[in-house]
Amino acid sequence: MSARDDALTIFERGSAGRRAWVAPPLDVPRVEGLLPAHLRRARPARLPEVSEPELVRHYVRLSKRNFDLDSGFYPLGSCTMKHNPRLHERVAAFAGNARLHPLQEPRRAQGALQLMWKLERALAEISGLPHVSLQPSAGSHGELAGVLLTRAYHEDRGERRTKVLTPDTAHGTNPATVTMAGYEVVKVGTNADGGVDVDDLRAKADEQVACLMLTNPSTLGLFDASIAEIAEIVHGVGATLYYDGANLNAIMGITRPGDMGFDIVHFNLHKSFTQPHGGGGPGAGPIAVSERIEPYLMTPRVVRTADGSFELDEERPKSIGKLRGFQGNYGVFVRSYAYIRSLGAEGLREASEVAVLNANYLLALLKRAGVAEYLPVAYDRVCMHEFVLSGAPMKRELGIRTLDLAKRLLDFGVHPPTVYFPLLVEEALLIEPTETETKETLDRFAEVVAEILREATQDPEIARQAPYSTPVRRLDEARAAKQPVIRQPLDHEDVPA
Amino acid sequence: MGGVVSGYTSATDADRRAMLEAIGADSIEALFADIPRALRLGRPLDLPAGATQQEVEAELRALAAANVSTEDELSFLGGGMYDHYVPALIDMLTSRSELLTPYTPYQPEVSQGSLQAMFEYQTAISELTGLPVANASVYDGPSALASAAYLAKLANGRRRLVVSAGVHPHAIETLRAYARGLGSEVVVVPLANGVTDLDAWCAAIDAETSGVVFQSPNFFGAVEDAAALAGASGDAVAIGSYDPIALGIVTPPGECGVDVCVGEGQPLGNRLDFGGPSFGFFAATQEHLRRMPGRIAGETVDVDGKRGFVLTLQTREQHIRREKATSNICTAQALNALAGVVYLSWLGRDGLVELAETLLQRTHYARETLCAIDGVTPLHDAPVVREFAVRLDADVERVVERLARERINPGYRLGRACPEHADGLLVAITEQRSRADVDRLAEALERALASERAGAAPAAAGGTR
Repeated sequence: MSARDDALTIFERGSAGRRAWVAPPLDVPRVEGLLPAHLRRARPARLPEVSEPELVRHYVRLSKRNFDLDSGFYPLGSCTMKHNPRLHERVAAFAGNARLHPLQEPRRAQGALQLMWKLERALAEISGLPHVSLQPSAGSHGELAGVLLTRAYHEDRGERRTKVLTPDTAHGTNPATVTMAGYEVVKVGTNADGGVDVDDLRAKADEQVACLMLTNPSTLGLFDASIAEIAEIVHGVGATLYYDGANLNAIMGITRPGDMGFDIVHFNLHKSFTQPHGGGGPGAGPIAVSERIEPYLMTPRVVRTADGSFELDEERPKSIGKLRGFQGNYGVFVRSYAYIRSLGAEGLREASEVAVLNANYLLALLKRAGVAEYLPVAYDRVCMHEFVLSGAPMKRELGIRTLDLAKRLLDFGVHPPTVYFPLLVEEALLIEPTETETKETLDRFAEVVAEILREATQDPEIARQAPYSTPVRRLDEARAAKQPVIRQPLDHEDVPA
Repeated sequence: MGGVVSGYTSATDADRRAMLEAIGADSIEALFADIPRALRLGRPLDLPAGATQQEVEAELRALAAANVSTEDELSFLGGGMYDHYVPALIDMLTSRSELLTPYTPYQPEVSQGSLQAMFEYQTAISELTGLPVANASVYDGPSALASAAYLAKLANGRRRLVVSAGVHPHAIETLRAYARGLGSEVVVVPLANGVTDLDAWCAAIDAETSGVVFQSPNFFGAVEDAAALAGASGDAVAIGSYDPIALGIVTPPGECGVDVCVGEGQPLGNRLDFGGPSFGFFAATQEHLRRMPGRIAGETVDVDGKRGFVLTLQTREQHIRREKATSNICTAQALNALAGVVYLSWLGRDGLVELAETLLQRTHYARETLCAIDGVTPLHDAPVVREFAVRLDADVERVVERLARERINPGYRLGRACPEHADGLLVAITEQRSRADVDRLAEALERALASERAGAAPAAAGGTR
């Protein structure tokens, strides 16, 4: 089989007239002209023509060109690549879930509504904020909900504010969300300890500020002990405090955003609550809010009535409305609910404790001679569930960049950490092992990093040219962006050779 | 329980001691020293104790059994999501670890499977819509429409959206919510005999209009004259929301002057899942390539000249462009979109046409059959493909409850979303609803309407099996 054959698309396979699906016999009288000619498609969409065996083999082969969490260590910072229990896939697939129509009458969807209600209650308890909407479909969608809720809250009070504050360490979704919600982004600096520069915050917090969006622990993996003071400053100017829940895995059962003074929190159910990432979704980004934000929450809301049954409440005059259709990513709710039920209060706390233990242990291992001089920790403190190393000395002394280290890790069967984020740290590596990894896995990772650095002292070219063992090697991303080919050309003479 | 509380966490007591020693900390507690005492919870979370896998499975089974699924009743529910047959090979592929458990493909050398699947998906959506550019998915249909409105604002900076009343009510509400952030006004144009009133549509579009938005087939099942609607858009961005199965036989938006086509992807091999996860598709003309939201996979070569795929045009995206990004989307619906392209490949070039044609013929049969019943009249007589709306001369909720006793769900009560259509019922057909099923619905509906007329009270329909 040629190398080219490995990357043939489904559109380049098959043969005219071949098929996998067989239509049911037409059991009603055929009537011509039901669709007037001017509304009718003239030629069929050029979809693949493949048999089922061909189709299955194609996608199974594609799947084998992926690295995945079930195959190896995946310490991707800020992404919480924890184990995805297979039990969750089984229960989500029960017909009562998988084949439940979203517009089923609520009285015949009581199990689903009860599950959503219980998940909302659990998330409220975990966050320390009383009201939850499960609707948003990802963290960034939850962020948009939070900022639009803030807008509604202020407008209801007759206030028009124009700015939202985000730390310079923020995830890119924060500033992008702020723009979509119609505000101007104002950056707040970071102090020498990796926390919010409180003086800078105080200088920038004024009556034009609608919200401060914050992650705590921050994207540097550090808990900001000034949070009470930060909350006071933000609330002092009448703004809301928004919690980006990307890093919630560090604090479950230990401290709660609501108790820190946050008004709005989003959860990434595909991070802390085990929804598999699927190669880029699906996820879910529920939000929890304080009393003062509750009137504006999205519709519908799940409510429990006096007789103990559950309803969908659409009649909420101050609501911002909907940010998507139906009830949200219910299949994700089922998995996350199963996870919370499996762990319980004690298990959730243990998950966070071990996540932090694993991160600090891995950090300790990477402080060894032969590593720390090339990859020093960016902020030398006890970390939470993740930590940031800087590859700047490695680049200077060994002539290999963080990117090279990341690519060389692939040859050792390890997924690289998040690289070049946070932007504040030069040649950054953001490492999050999660609680579900064993000590042996962490030990091996530290050895692999040491080995790659040792190898680079001998011959840095090895890392610079890596990877070698992957289905493809380094790809020309500049070419992809300059001459975008983003679909398969279907006139066969157009297919690049 | 001992040191290890959950089987998902592997640190034994011995591990913990060894790790703490390496860290130089006395206890795990000490690792949380940065958290001020006053902010610590100081008590266990008020949640039920953890449970074994078999206990959790039993609880979830009981909850699922308290729902009435499309396996439990003869269902004609539609309204944006449809009970199509999902082939077993999709379950198999989407549960493979290699596709289920990776993150977004940030390391392309070890993500060629996901990236190539995105590229293939984009090709399929491009073919379906007749538009050259498609992204790798957004959350769902309504949010896709809202993202299209954002694209229109990026394109022309205007703040007025003209929206057909035939757009799904959830999508109109989503547009309104996003419009608050855009500072845009939403103007809804009414329908006339089931389709967008073309005169009112033309009158509503002015020089300040950023985007015009319609849906086809619309919420009430009617196929819109997309060429006429898009043709009237002037230099505003013409946005159409489409049903992907109907596109098997309906003129593709790219041939009608539509600039951006979006839609709900659930009908393409995705489960109902009480509304999600599924995916939203998003396609556009070449002109809007660099304003597209979300991920886009592109073809390139590696250092050895081998064909490969990467996430491309990333300078549009939030992690590079931050506040100037074309959207805030990060995690989307990759696995669901993968199911979409597998499904379209499974149907194949001829299969999609045959499926849509089957729906067209059966939907026509169902409409004729139901409208022949005393007390049932069509809400409109515009052409339909997979769904149609009728009016009942009885209380629709009571009729629905009567039919529920016979394990028949006749469709969506339009009054739940549209107060002006309190007497309306939206009936959807899929390849899983045969002529015999339609006949059974018709008989039951006729009886229920007769009983209502006779004034008999329906017995309560139970929620459980």
